[in-house]
Amino acid sequence: MTTNTADTTHEQQHGMTNAGYIRIAAILAAITGLEVSTYYVDFGVLFLPALLIMMVIKFVMVVSYFMHLKFDNKMFSFLFYAGLVLAVGVYAAFLATFKFFIQ
Amino acid sequence: MTDTAHGHASSTGISNVKLGMWAFLGSECLLFGGLISTYMLYRGRVTGGPRPSQIFDIPFTSVSSFVLLMSSLTMVLAVSAAHKDDDRKTNLWLTVTALLGATFVGGQVYEFTAFYKEGLGFSTSLFGSSFYTLTGFHGVHVTVGIIMLMSLVGILKRSSVPGKKAEVVEMIGLYWHFVDIVWIIIFTLVYLIPV
Repeated sequence: MTTNTADTTHEQQHGMTNAGYIRIAAILAAITGLEVSTYYVDFGVLFLPALLIMMVIKFVMVVSYFMHLKFDNKMFSFLFYAGLVLAVGVYAAFLATFKFFIQ
Repeated sequence: MTDTAHGHASSTGISNVKLGMWAFLGSECLLFGGLISTYMLYRGRVTGGPRPSQIFDIPFTSVSSFVLLMSSLTMVLAVSAAHKDDDRKTNLWLTVTALLGATFVGGQVYEFTAFYKEGLGFSTSLFGSSFYTLTGFHGVHVTVGIIMLMSLVGILKRSSVPGKKAEVVEMIGLYWHFVDIVWIIIFTLVYLIPV
């Protein structure tokens, strides 16, 4: 009874149960397997977009579910994503300055 | 969720500790963004040294990546156990997380040693310098995480956690997951995308 109450309290706070976390981990492991398969199987023009999309999906899943950002106060999302967007913007400009995207 | 549940709430109802941790992680994005960008810029500059494709061992690094990914699962299970006031499971999952982290760092040390033997020193080429700086900084972050995890296990056993126990475990968990998401990016951009 006590454990059930504790489970419910944790789920109310973070929106996830342990079984949910294990499901997320299984999905992440499957995506990692797919990522590694791109090294052995020729995906043609889809290679780069597929890898980048899988990377972003894994990133968002860990941040949203394991770090609970999806269920937490929006202020935390703002702080983290502000830093992330700033970093991506600054370094995309930095790489563009060095003509990284023109090959 | 109300953040007052985590203690140390400010007048906005948001936990100050958690707010500080997220601001820190946001700033860490800038640190690793700089290191990753520098690597991307210099990864083709090998000047006589080995090329990335000649030294990277993708199966080995894939296993290391999987180990670190699974450590995020054990960490979140530790946080979950801490919220349920289950000290035994909290300690167990924290220890497993630290062991998985140590396995990852051990793999990185082995990888660095193998690369060095194959002719890639820190100053061999711009590729070598930027590669060792990026992955080395990440390895140091993982090592700091392991030290925090083991310290926490010791503190929990003596039941002398300053502040709310679940919040302390959650903050270390946030740091640990951040280290994992940085590796998700490094694994794809550094190892899987060929030069």
